[in-house]
Amino acid sequence: MTGTADIGKLVGQAYKHGFVTDIESDSLPPGLDEDVVRQISRIKREPQFMTDWRLSALRHWQTLVEPQWAHLRAHPVDFQAISYYSAPKSKANAPKSLDEVDPKLLATYEKLGVPLHERARLAGVAVDAVFDSVSVATTFKDRLEKAGVIFCSFSEAVQKHPELVEKYLGTVVPYQDNFYACLNSAVFSDGSFVYIPPGVRCPMELSTYFRINATNTGQFERTLIIAAPGSHVSYLEGCTAPMRDENQLHAAVVELIAEDDAQIKYSTVQNWYPGDENGVGGIYNFVTKRGDCRGRNSRISWTQVETGSAITWKYPSCVLRGEGSIGEFYSVATATNLQQADTGTKMIHIGANTRSTIVSKGISAGRGQNAYRGLVRILPGAHGARNFTQCDSLLMGPKCGAHTFPYVEVKNPTATVEHEASTSKISEDQLFYCLQRGISEEDAINMIVSGFCKSVFKELPMEFAVEAQNLLAVSLEGAVG
Amino acid sequence: MSTPLLSIRDLHAKIGGREVLDGLTLEIGAGEVHAIMGPNGSGKSTLAYVLAGRPGYEVTSGSVSYRGQDLLSLAPEERARAGLFLGFQYPVEIPGVNNVYLLKAALNAARKQQGKPEVDAFEFLALVREKMKLMQMDEAFLSRGVNEGFSGGEKKRNEILQMLVLEPTLALLDETDSGLDIDALKVVAHGVNTLRSAERAIVLVTHYQRLLDHIVPDRVHVLARGRIARSGDRDLALELERRGYDWITGAAA
Repeated sequence: MTGTADIGKLVGQAYKHGFVTDIESDSLPPGLDEDVVRQISRIKREPQFMTDWRLSALRHWQTLVEPQWAHLRAHPVDFQAISYYSAPKSKANAPKSLDEVDPKLLATYEKLGVPLHERARLAGVAVDAVFDSVSVATTFKDRLEKAGVIFCSFSEAVQKHPELVEKYLGTVVPYQDNFYACLNSAVFSDGSFVYIPPGVRCPMELSTYFRINATNTGQFERTLIIAAPGSHVSYLEGCTAPMRDENQLHAAVVELIAEDDAQIKYSTVQNWYPGDENGVGGIYNFVTKRGDCRGRNSRISWTQVETGSAITWKYPSCVLRGEGSIGEFYSVATATNLQQADTGTKMIHIGANTRSTIVSKGISAGRGQNAYRGLVRILPGAHGARNFTQCDSLLMGPKCGAHTFPYVEVKNPTATVEHEASTSKISEDQLFYCLQRGISEEDAINMIVSGFCKSVFKELPMEFAVEAQNLLAVSLEGAVG
Repeated sequence: MSTPLLSIRDLHAKIGGREVLDGLTLEIGAGEVHAIMGPNGSGKSTLAYVLAGRPGYEVTSGSVSYRGQDLLSLAPEERARAGLFLGFQYPVEIPGVNNVYLLKAALNAARKQQGKPEVDAFEFLALVREKMKLMQMDEAFLSRGVNEGFSGGEKKRNEILQMLVLEPTLALLDETDSGLDIDALKVVAHGVNTLRSAERAIVLVTHYQRLLDHIVPDRVHVLARGRIARSGDRDLALELERRGYDWITGAAA
């Protein structure tokens, strides 16, 4: 073996979730105009305010151009070639229970390891599974309902709780926010909705698995989580997409709202198809995630493990409005083969004594390009605000890259902002040390990489920390040679 | 006499084009402890690295037979699983990787090679605790990162701890005594001595006679310019202590 060249071979193992489920879909023909938006709204039997909101978003979107500033190289997306709605056919007579769910769908989730049946109960996880655009099964509804927690698909929320949706939708990420968020606002087909009433600690981890299945459908889901005063919720989002030759677009919006003393922990394990070793295919993942710490002493924590997608463009952010509120961002992002990741966070300190912590771990291998882009903004009213940022990059092999773009804007002299950054390679010494103890090269690299990511993994709920570690091992497998 | 455990014949090796081993020949039998001494740059550490298969060390000619096998044809991890252990002079830190996790992976890799099942978690912990006691190490070591923030002495104890758990057939200890105070030296020496047995061989690479007061070698070799300049019993080490290396390295030239 000859060192770095060998390390490079460890990346590039075949995508394990690249199967396609063979079921018929009802899709709208490709293209986007006001008729399409009205049709989506009609299919979903939405109230007028939703139709109007979508149309306003569409009209605004038609005035926008795609952003060019991210550190990415992407094929232009033909937005008229995408179908904006796709539902599994069996939805026509929607399943009342898991027994009625198309067995092929369940088998798909089985392969992905989504714990739907008893396994879910044992794991204490309530799953709202999104298959393409429609939610097919929601478990644990009863137990959650008893606690007063609303956890359902976005479509259901629009039907059953329109007043909550109308009150909160777009208040964190307005449709004018950016190109992709605006597109999402016009055409989003489903997603998850969570409401935790005052003083309630959600009795279980909530989890949604998203999966893109039909060819040529962009997935535009929207998640809205509202934590009323004194409430507490932990939410996990996991993603996988089958192997396809074309690039598929994923443009989601996630809005979190934390009132006084409320806490939201949002964890993501993202494993979309990254494309093959020549950069053919793969998901374009353009996601807008933002949390609003509206209340005093509220807290929002983002933890993400990003191993997939051809292109990831995502900055889960916190607006720290409430006095003493806390924003956290813990991230592991890998870029292998020709993957490109441009990810980071924004911490906007508005209230006094607000605090934020950013820990970002970027791993680049093959010809992957990994960029951290972060903004810490301390506004004039944020007396005593504090931020700590740590950005570490790990390079595996000579052809990959790591880039760090930290932006800091401080407009209050009492604020404290700390930034630490490091870039390292897996050292030959570390590798040889492990080999000399009889550990294989692949296991050694996994071990070293997991160690590098430890401070992020420990923020994940236990069962998902294990999953994240496995995913990381899979995505870096075969990287040496 | 039966086949020696390790037989090195006319070994030549280079690093980056520079010859560092120049026709080294050495035999080590099972049950023996050998000390390898010599001035800086004489090739002592190089020999240990070449035997362990460190990348960058190119063997240009010669042979090494270990338990009747061609050692040089094996990958570094295969050598380790076959019972070859290198105690590093400067053990590397691997941040975030749990000390006990690495040790368990190492032990299981060797057990798998021998067709044994993976070690049971409770048994393993009991084994490690016993060995830690022997090395007078604190329980907290278990949960720390591999060598992360360890002092020089702690790193060396950790190497010996690993050795005691893995129970190698051939242990190469590269300047395990350097940077140890006298109390730590005694603990480390005691650890090494408990491993001595009729089936094993231990090679001590050292600058100083003082280690050999605590681990008494069967043979002492002096390396100069990449080959063995003189061999003897433990009296040779005592003589080196009195007279320095010049009288030997001068003679070898």
